[in-house]
Amino acid sequence: MSYNFKETMSKPERLAPGHRMCAGCGGTIAVRNVLRGLHEGDKAVIGNATGCLEVSTFTYPYTAWEDSYIHNAFENAGATLSGVEGAYRVLKRKGKLDETYKFITFGGDGGTYDIGFQSLSGAMERNTDMVYVCYDNGAYMNTGIQRSSATPMYADTTTTPVGSASNGKPQNRKDLAAIIAAHDIPYVAQTTFIGNFKDLHVKSEKAIYTPGAAFLNIMAPCPRGWRYNTPDIMEICKLGVETCYWPLFEVVEGKWILNYEPKNKLPVEDFLKPQGRFKHLFKKGNEYLIEEFQREVDRRWEELKFRCSRG
Amino acid sequence: MAKRDRLSGNEAIAIALRQINPDVFPAFPITPSTEIPQYFASFVANGQVDTEFIPVESEHSSMSAAIGASAAGARSLTATSSCGLAYMWEELYIAASNRLPLALALVNRALSGPININCDHSDSMGARDAGWIQIYAENNQEAYDNMVQAYRISEHKDVRLPVMICQDGFITSHAVENMELLEDGEVKEFVGEYEPENYLLNPECPMAVGPYSITDYYMEAKRNQAEGMKHVEKVVLEVAEEFAGISGRKYGLFEAYRMEDAEYAVVMIGSAAGTTKDAVDQLREQGEKVGLLKIRLYRPFPAEAVAKALTGVKAVAVMDRAEGYTNHGGPLGADVMSALYRARSQALAVNYIYGLGGRDVRVEDMEGVFDVLKQIAADGDAGETYRYLGIRE
Amino acid sequence: MATDITRLGVKATWKDLTEGMVIAGAGTSKEFNTGEWSTDKPVFTEEKCRQCLLCTPVCPDSCIPVKDGKRGGFDYDHCKGCGICVKACPFGAITMEGV
Repeated sequence: MSYNFKETMSKPERLAPGHRMCAGCGGTIAVRNVLRGLHEGDKAVIGNATGCLEVSTFTYPYTAWEDSYIHNAFENAGATLSGVEGAYRVLKRKGKLDETYKFITFGGDGGTYDIGFQSLSGAMERNTDMVYVCYDNGAYMNTGIQRSSATPMYADTTTTPVGSASNGKPQNRKDLAAIIAAHDIPYVAQTTFIGNFKDLHVKSEKAIYTPGAAFLNIMAPCPRGWRYNTPDIMEICKLGVETCYWPLFEVVEGKWILNYEPKNKLPVEDFLKPQGRFKHLFKKGNEYLIEEFQREVDRRWEELKFRCSRG
Repeated sequence: MAKRDRLSGNEAIAIALRQINPDVFPAFPITPSTEIPQYFASFVANGQVDTEFIPVESEHSSMSAAIGASAAGARSLTATSSCGLAYMWEELYIAASNRLPLALALVNRALSGPININCDHSDSMGARDAGWIQIYAENNQEAYDNMVQAYRISEHKDVRLPVMICQDGFITSHAVENMELLEDGEVKEFVGEYEPENYLLNPECPMAVGPYSITDYYMEAKRNQAEGMKHVEKVVLEVAEEFAGISGRKYGLFEAYRMEDAEYAVVMIGSAAGTTKDAVDQLREQGEKVGLLKIRLYRPFPAEAVAKALTGVKAVAVMDRAEGYTNHGGPLGADVMSALYRARSQALAVNYIYGLGGRDVRVEDMEGVFDVLKQIAADGDAGETYRYLGIRE
Repeated sequence: MATDITRLGVKATWKDLTEGMVIAGAGTSKEFNTGEWSTDKPVFTEEKCRQCLLCTPVCPDSCIPVKDGKRGGFDYDHCKGCGICVKACPFGAITMEGV
């Protein structure tokens, strides 16, 4: 699979404009680019957990999807697509369908890390021939920025507000990509928006065309919840990667592969500083909180490098 | 050509499903319905069906996957009981509002808590307002026959609603009875091919399902959905008539047992109707004018037909195998009493809660109910209308 | 077979709604004008553009059409004016202007 950016961007758009996501939303940037992994001529059924993406892209009677689309509920996107994929198998077997379909489901971190975790785990364990894509913006944004298990430590959210007795979310975020990798499925990858999106496009195509279950975790910043200057999304993502807060990696048939190692690993405060949700960390006297955050980033980065060194 | 056999209710349902050969069957085990997917998995393992069997990790997922499969254009179903049904409660509403024809083989069992594995109707009664068609069986034969008729009703173009085929946990699901099975070919021909109009895997036209609906649309959407329900009674009767043609067994919205000149009637659902028939027979031998109305179609509720069948009755006891915690009775009681009120009936009515968590109902218990009805009619006063049967006071 | 959504305005009666609220068809959101949300709009200066296409994947609203490896003008019917493309352009070919 040789990659050609211009060809990838020349493919027909599979997420139509006119959806009602916020201006500058990272979620739809993720969706548009994942769908570019589909080969032209192949059809798809898109699944979607309840969340911003669902209520904004299929507000009756306006669907932004150029492919067949099913939203069922919040916690069951994995199971719902299992049923769709099962229907495809049997219709193929009975000779009722000639076309090739691919199955891709999108969920935010609420629908993926938390309430939909069981359904996702089941679909992955059954090695359902689908890709589950989490657009991870690190909180329940649709209901108004409540913490999730994907929310980073010390983030200010509406259920972990910063106050005189609180520094924001007390716990670290769950490492979902590693948990899904522990299901021993054929393909797991973590990515975000970098440069010409080669990393995301290539991983999407691999995920879609790997037989069996695949999982993509995509950091998709939310300008509203993260409180950064909206046009700066690409810079935010870059800092996430260059500080090793959000490493780019793949787990292919159980082998861990590090896709990018910064030449000069930046301090995590470079990633935290532009975001209003971490503003309190930069108050005088709170330096130790950033140090603690840094220690956790370092620990996870070393752990990832160790996994990748074993292949 | 009918085949005689001795089967449990679960086995009978599984055989009906083998004969139907559905496309997708996601399932999660729960007592007492577990045997249905178990039997079916052996049919899959032996190549007797074309079905995609998906052993999911919960009942929420079994209904979710059944919904996905149905929307995709496949004939799908699942089976469950009790807490499994409660767990998929949210999904029941979604299946119905999406107007997806699919089936649920329900084996009625008490809801927790305390946890109990035996029969009552608290599970399906909790789901009575979900927008599903609910059809109940008295015995194994009826469970089988109802399953064979399920998709014809659910997939009918005027209906397109999911259907719950209910039978009583252990009492019919595990008890072995003599029954008649249809030939495989007869069932196949009767059920026919599933031909959805719009579906996800339609290469000619994509489809989007499950929108967000603003207030401007939501209420109209619900009214639109209700229209499907309005056609159910007619379709149930049409399908039953056609079914009688191949099986010789006649079904209606309910069974009126020795109701012709009945002055005292019991209205109930499920297996205890068999016990009540024995009580009716014995009392009839003594010259008592007693009868039974056994509800088959509970959702939608055939209120007019029920009230009509109860015309001339002096006193009626409505038997609920589920609590409603209204302080005045259970769900069937509320439905029957409102049907009588709308029909300006003069009958005196009481509502019994009975048989919870598998509590046995004996012929003597039901004779006692008829005795009470006679007394009520004599007194001209129903007294306390909210009663328990077979409780230790 | 595709649903005619022009019949499905907010004054549609219950009889006019699609059964099960499904939409047979795709991409009907194009009929919904989100362009009017914006207080700023990006302006494309074609002479400065080198057709690197780096602005095209970053658009959350699919408002920069690409054909045969070249970008076209902005879709102002739907552009919400987020400004991400301005930052993504290495050549200063996109600027923001108040609407």
